[in-house]
Amino acid sequence: MSQTSYLQASTRALAEEMRRDRDVWCVGEDLGRGGVFGQYKGLVEEFGPQRVSDAPISEACIMGAAVGAAMMGTRPVVEMRFSDFALCAIDELVNQAAKARYMFGGQTRVPLVAREPIGIWRNSAAQHSQSLESWYTHIPGLVVICPSTPADNYLLLKAAIRCDDPVVYMEHKNLWGLLGDLPAQEPDDAAITAALGTARRAREGADLTIVSWSAAVHECMAAAAPLAQRGVHAEILDLRCLWPWDKAAVFASVRKTGRLLVVHEAVSVGGFGAEIAASVAEHCHAALKAPVKRLGAPRAPIAYAPNLEDRVRVTAAMIEAAGAAMVGS
Amino acid sequence: MTIASPNLDRDAALAQLALMHRIRAFELTAMQALEQGLVLGAIHPSIGQEAVAAGVVTQLRRDDVLLSTHRGHGHTLAKGADATAMMRELIGREGGCCGGKGGSMHIADFEVGMLGANGVVGANIVIAAGAAHAIKLKGDARIVCCIFGDGAINRGPFLEGLNWAKVFALPIVFVCEDNGFAATTRTGSMSAGDGPAARAVSLGLASRTVDGNDVLALTETAREVFARVRAEREPEFLHVKTYRLSGHTAADPATYRSAEEVQAHRAGDPITRLRETLRVAGVAAAALDGLALDAEREMREVLDAARATPFPPSERAFTDVQDVGDPRLEAY
Repeated sequence: MSQTSYLQASTRALAEEMRRDRDVWCVGEDLGRGGVFGQYKGLVEEFGPQRVSDAPISEACIMGAAVGAAMMGTRPVVEMRFSDFALCAIDELVNQAAKARYMFGGQTRVPLVAREPIGIWRNSAAQHSQSLESWYTHIPGLVVICPSTPADNYLLLKAAIRCDDPVVYMEHKNLWGLLGDLPAQEPDDAAITAALGTARRAREGADLTIVSWSAAVHECMAAAAPLAQRGVHAEILDLRCLWPWDKAAVFASVRKTGRLLVVHEAVSVGGFGAEIAASVAEHCHAALKAPVKRLGAPRAPIAYAPNLEDRVRVTAAMIEAAGAAMVGS
Repeated sequence: MTIASPNLDRDAALAQLALMHRIRAFELTAMQALEQGLVLGAIHPSIGQEAVAAGVVTQLRRDDVLLSTHRGHGHTLAKGADATAMMRELIGREGGCCGGKGGSMHIADFEVGMLGANGVVGANIVIAAGAAHAIKLKGDARIVCCIFGDGAINRGPFLEGLNWAKVFALPIVFVCEDNGFAATTRTGSMSAGDGPAARAVSLGLASRTVDGNDVLALTETAREVFARVRAEREPEFLHVKTYRLSGHTAADPATYRSAEEVQAHRAGDPITRLRETLRVAGVAAAALDGLALDAEREMREVLDAARATPFPPSERAFTDVQDVGDPRLEAY
């Protein structure tokens, strides 16, 4: 089986969904040239410039037009380049896309996918590096997805496009080149739909539950071997979806291990780790053998200089240290 | 004195007068319902601006698309929405256009192509661009009409949406319903340049400025503009000048303008003007009075019917949020 990159996995998913459903189209800056990271390469040749549409640098209009086009029965995939830039389209996403179905009493739906790449990536500083996923989990109406592997980027992007709700789809920029196996055959409809809201168990273990998502999952995986050498067998859950999030899987794992460590790249304060920690404290208190622990970024912007940028990263070494301390080894 | 118009289509003008009376009666009834504690949230009456609905929105076919503003009752009625369902929405009842979930500022009736009023000024401009974009992608013959106020021209989506419509050659009529006020501030005092039409022209849109209180002249211009957009699939801009006789909201005493100013504008009331034109053309005063009385009676009955309906069942608070992550399964 040949390996596919995280980036190519998304291109394949989008192409398959565009072949499957003529109402699917994508729109954003530079898409005709393949998109800022090349995620759309080859699509304009197959589907033409109407369905793979360039756009002016008008984030509010890209998102707002997608809302209108979705209400009219199409399924737009919106490219925002960087989640940081998507802040220029917050009204359109939060006040319009997320609310239209509800405030119009169910007369319409807004099946759009907003692709908003997140994360620290090659010294890109404060406006091209943020992980803002927790903001969107706060908004009723939105689905929030943060895939960490090529296989999941393929499966979940397909699921997001088929979803009738507006989806905030956050790929991590540092993962574009990550290689992995993809299924040779397209999964069946049920497998695609079932992926939404379910966590992936990336590693099995009995001593400690580590919940993570996006690129931080790979830091957790890197910490697992040294932790095991210290006698701590970590179970690693890749949440994949932040809303809805797989509470059942997290609670079951915590009840088994008695310990929860949540790891994310985003700022710890007000991060989604807080939601998970609070939920586990409410529902699994009796099973806990140690206080719940969160690892996230300090509440500081992300710098350009590599040594300054590194100061806000959550690393495998930090995860190892935190995990070992929780188990007391 | 008003001189009889030689080309007056009396039946069409009477229908427009009837519609304007219905809109005014709806607004006045809603304001009474607010005083009675039936309407609960803010409403933004369009008294004095009825000709925009009667002259512009009536150019749309049923399957054409309309997007409106927080001051959208008149536009919505003109698009063919049911007045009782609208009044139910204003008082938050079962059977409202939006099931009581939207209220006045989110009035919508997708059955008649009314894709929503909007609580955010100018937000409908980019949504309209997308609706027209979908029409183009699907190869439909429909067109889109997007109405916004003069305050909206200072928001970014105005620039982004008009540029988008022109770049992608989309069939939209942008209508700036200019009542002179951005909420309660005079728009001119906060707007640089030569106004809405000049901004549209700078983006390459054909643009017309018309007296929005002369419903017959407005209709004639709108008919040309809509026909051209329908045929040529290019956006155009219509700057319609009018005046809001009521407050910004029904509760606004409008102390930012003098009583003399408002009184002067009453002379230009579009209903009074059309009524006078029809009287000069030989329509009996009793027939004209009848239109007003019919509208008032209709809206009294509308309010009676609306208030007889219950509030929606409380479990409805959690419906129509989303399929994946539905709050009926997990709200916390």
